[in-house]
Parts: sequence; structure tokens; C-alpha cells
Amino acid sequence: MSLQLEGLAVDISGRRIVTGIDLAVRDHEFAGLVGPNGSGKSTILKAIYRVHRPSAGRVLLDGTDLLSLRPKEAARRIAVVAQESASEFDFTVREMVMIGRTPHKRSFDGDTAADHGIVDQAIERVGCERLAYRRFNTLSGGEKQLVLIARALAQEADHLILDEPTNYLDIHHQVEILELVAGLGVTVLAALHDLSLAALFCRSIHVLRAGQVVTSGPPGAVLTPETIRAAYGADVLVIEHPDTGTPHLIPRRVQPATRKDPSASKSWLPAPRPAAGQPQPDRVRDDARPPRPGGLQ
Amino acid sequence: MFTRHHERTGLARPAFRPAGPDSRRRERVPLAVVLAACAVLLVVTMTLGVGIGSVPLSPVAVWDVVAGGLAGHPENTVAGIIVWQIRLPRVLLAAVVGAALTTAGSVVQVLVRNALADPFLLGVSSGASVGATAVLLLGAFASLGVWAISVGSVLGALAAMAAVFLVSRSGSGLSPTQLILCGVVLSALFESVTSFLIFRGNPQATQSVLFWLLGSFGLASWDQLPIPLVALAAAMVYLLAQGRTLNALAMGAEPAASLGVDVRRLRRNLFLVTSLMAGVAVAVSGVIGFVGLVVPHIVRLVVGSDHRRVLPTGVLFGASFMVLGDLLARTIVAPQEMPIGVITAFIGAPTLIVLIRRRPYLYGATQ
Repeated sequence: MSLQLEGLAVDISGRRIVTGIDLAVRDHEFAGLVGPNGSGKSTILKAIYRVHRPSAGRVLLDGTDLLSLRPKEAARRIAVVAQESASEFDFTVREMVMIGRTPHKRSFDGDTAADHGIVDQAIERVGCERLAYRRFNTLSGGEKQLVLIARALAQEADHLILDEPTNYLDIHHQVEILELVAGLGVTVLAALHDLSLAALFCRSIHVLRAGQVVTSGPPGAVLTPETIRAAYGADVLVIEHPDTGTPHLIPRRVQPATRKDPSASKSWLPAPRPAAGQPQPDRVRDDARPPRPGGLQ
Repeated sequence: MFTRHHERTGLARPAFRPAGPDSRRRERVPLAVVLAACAVLLVVTMTLGVGIGSVPLSPVAVWDVVAGGLAGHPENTVAGIIVWQIRLPRVLLAAVVGAALTTAGSVVQVLVRNALADPFLLGVSSGASVGATAVLLLGAFASLGVWAISVGSVLGALAAMAAVFLVSRSGSGLSPTQLILCGVVLSALFESVTSFLIFRGNPQATQSVLFWLLGSFGLASWDQLPIPLVALAAAMVYLLAQGRTLNALAMGAEPAASLGVDVRRLRRNLFLVTSLMAGVAVAVSGVIGFVGLVVPHIVRLVVGSDHRRVLPTGVLFGASFMVLGDLLARTIVAPQEMPIGVITAFIGAPTLIVLIRRRPYLYGATQ
């Protein structure tokens, strides 16, 4: 077990935000943390990267209590990509990535040739070579996120914590960022909002509700209409992703709504591919809601 | 050459730029070059500062006297006395105070993560003003003679600093927003105490209070130099050691924590270091505004935001800026002397407005 939370509880200004969190991420696994707004995703992540101190329980890194490590030692093991902007200060992309070397340096240590090599490699890895001397503040949201990943790479940690890394990004950048992270070969724990996207990339998913883990497991087992209703109080349809077979969630309206254009019936579904004569598997795993007139059935 | 040709011939620019490392050209100017240029600027401004005055002296004459003084036997001529006893300590003090205020400003801007913060934001100057006003108007510490004002203002600065620190401290350490708000509120309180003292004091002494409040190097002497110089040197050693962690803190408290920075301790130390530097500067020269706000901006414009570059450049450039300001203050309306705060505000305010308009993204206009 690479990263392990044992009975973790965190209080913020006297209020318990998360409690009794037991969660484990295996080596090189891409794990997702999902749950409604305010369910404690960020709080858990911040306890891992030492912004919040656990009120109870422990964060273990390969069996060692994280709090027993010095801040720099911990930062050499765990890198973080969160929402942030350095808008008050004017750093170039290269300078931003060089800041990732901070935990490897003592006072007065200069940037060595090795550091420059690591920084160049990190920038290359995220494909931002042509941006290297641009001002960070002038980049688009997607480019900024790539640069922050490069900074985390320059940190040379074997654990990566992502706090909603794809917020505000377009669909191309969402996939690009997660694909990049998945290909790094490090242990990843990511708080994600988009459940279908989480299902597409995560090996395991932990669902939170009101500061507690409701269920954990592979996406196919966890992201069911029942769980989503229990955690989010939302009605969804779950279909299979035609490429990967992972669950894909479709929101439903609260007010009964009819199909706007009946002639477009099911044209959004891929052409059926079952062997001839076999009964077609139900692509729609609906819950017990009765079918509505004009609905999918 | 490629683009110039197209501009010259009036043809449209090519849609494709030739491939190549064109972004390399926008790399920062090497630090050594910037520092060398600033060092030359400082030597020139200091030579001018010592040479220009009611008795003008050539640069050669200035350096003759300085060389003699450094060798331990200052010339006993009129020029020698003017340079060694009056102008040189004044210019050196201006340089040290300019460097200290610039450094304090650069660091406070990181501490509260706001590019429009200045070293007096945290209440130091208003606290020092209360102390100095009490000395000038009520005769506090009269037994200390010429040191009374310095002692009064240092005590005032320390009291203000402690008050801001204690009030803005919370469970998670010093937070930028609380620091700014508490600094502003307590500054307003101390300023009203100063106003009250002026209101109750005698009209003649009020004149000297106003002069002190706007800042001046008119009372500079050799024995005023060591304390600010040592404070500046000690602060610089600490801050240069923290160059990387300052950059990390500029990213915000949480990213800094994830980069292995002990944010609470760093913020506390930065608060102490900047307040002490600003307090010492105020004690020897009064409240000189705008230097700690504007000079860090000019420096960042040239060298970027990496504090390992900003801090040493700021020391040299801030020193030159203040020496030049003091030179103007005592020559513009000669033989009278203007408070230097008037000069720095006249130079600083328009500069800042130009900077804000040129770089809107830095000041939140586009966010």
C-alpha cells in the first residue's frame, strides 16, 4: 500500500469536516475521490499535503506516518496540482517549473545543470516547450494546468495529488490532462467532479458524502444509480462507455421532460455490435423508476 | 531580419514564423549584468549626491576626500569637512534607508500576496509617528538628547508591530487578509493618536513634527549609520537564504506548503524582518512613502519575480533611487530643503499609475 489513510478526521475551526476516513491507494494506481460539493474531498487532500493537521487518524506513506517526516521530505514524496493562480507575480513558465525544485534545495543552493535538465524534461513531458519563456499569467487555463503538472514533475515525487485538475477546462484539455497524468506511472489520488471522466481514468473510486466514505471500488461497481442517489441525491442514468465499458452517467431532469425531437430516437447511441441472434444486453442500467411516456424505453 | 524586411516593404507579415528557439530570446537578462548596471548607477548617484550642493565639488574632489577619509586621515579643508562630516553620511544613510524600504516592500508584497502592499502597511510607520510625535511635542525621553526621536519612534514601531501581530494572529497563523485589515485599522488608530498629540501640542513644535512625518535626511550623521546598516545586512542574509521559499510563498500558502515550506514559521519571520527594517528606517529618516511600494515594481519589471534576483537588485536600485530623491529634495528649492516624502510621492505616484495601466493582468483588472 503506497498511500493509506487510517481513520482520518479533520476539524476546521472547531467543526469536524471529515471523519473516519479509511482509504488506500496502491502503488502506481490512479485513484479518484468523488462526492458532492462540500463532502470533504479537498479537506482530505489537504490533510495529505499538510495544509490541515489530522485531528484523529493517520496518513501513511509506504507505512510511515506523514507527520513524522520533515516538510521538505514530505514534499519530495508528494506533489500537488490544485487550482491556483500566481496572478500577483510575474513568473515565466520556466521559473514556475523551477519552483518545483524547492524541496530538493537548501538555503543558498543555486540552480545546477541537473536542475535545469530536470526542468527542461518536465516541460517537454507536458509538451510546453514553446511556452517555456512565456509569462505564466498570460497562459490559458489548460496551459496553466499543464505547467503546474510540469512543476509537480520537477518535484520528482512518486505521489501526485490532484484537486479538481480539470475544472473550467474544455473537453480536449480535460482528457489531455488526465491522459498525461495516467501515463506518468506515479501513484495518483485525484478529486474529480466529472464522474464519467473519473470512470474513464480511475482504477478505483472512493465516493464521499458528508465527510465519510460511502463506498470504494472499481468504477463499474461504485458508480451505480443507487450510489449516486445516496451520495448526491441526484437521479442519473448509467450507460456503458462504448470504448471502455466503464460507466457513463447521464443526468436526468427533475421535472418530467419529453423528448424534443422524436425522430432523433437513440441516434446518440453507437450502432449495436452484439453477435447475431444474441439478445442485446441492456445498455441502460436504469434504477427502479417507472418508464415515462416518451422516455427511453 | 526576416520580419524587418516585411515591415520595411509594407508586405503582410508571414503567417508562419520560421521554426526556431524564438522564445529563447525572451529569457531574462542575466543577474550579473543587472547588478553591475545598478552598482554603476549607485556609484554615480552617490558621487552626484556628495558633489552637488551649495559648494559644488567635482567627482574627482569627492573621491579624493573619500579616499583620504577611508585611509583614516580626513582632509581638514572646507571641502573635506563638507564631504566627510555632512554630505557623505547623509548620502550613505539615504542609500541604506532606500535599500531597506525597498527590501521590506518586496517582502511584504509576498507576505500578504498583494502587489500593492508597502512596508508601512503593517502599521510600523504610524506607530513610529506616535513615538516621534510624543518626543517632539511632549518632550518624552528628553534625557536621551539627539537619540530621543529615534528611541521614541523605534518604541512606537515595535508597539505597533506587536499590536498588529497579536490582533491578526489566528489558529492557522498570519493570514494575508487579516494582516492587511488589522494593519490598516490599527494604522488609522495610531494616526489619530498622532493627530491628537499635534492638536494638543504647541504650534512651533508642530512644524518639526510635520517635517519629520514627511521624512528627511537633514539630521544624518555617522553615528546614525551602523544600526540601519547592520539591520539591512542581517535581513538580507536571512532573505537571500529564503529566496526559493519566498518564490514558493508567492504561489500562495497551500502550494507553498505542498512544496515543503513551513508557511507559518516563514510568515512570522518575514513579518518580524520587514517590520524591524521599516521601523529602523523610519527611526533615522521619518516616514518616506512610495519607495517601498514603487521600487519593487520597477525592479520586477526588469528582472522578473524570482526573489533571488529581485532582492539584490532592489538593494542597489532602491539605494540609488533614495540618494537621487534626497539630492532633489535639497537642491530643488535650495537653500531651503523639501521633505523627501514629497519628492518620492511626486516621482512614485505617476510611475505606479503608468505601471498599473501597462500591466493590467498584474493588478486584477482582467481577473
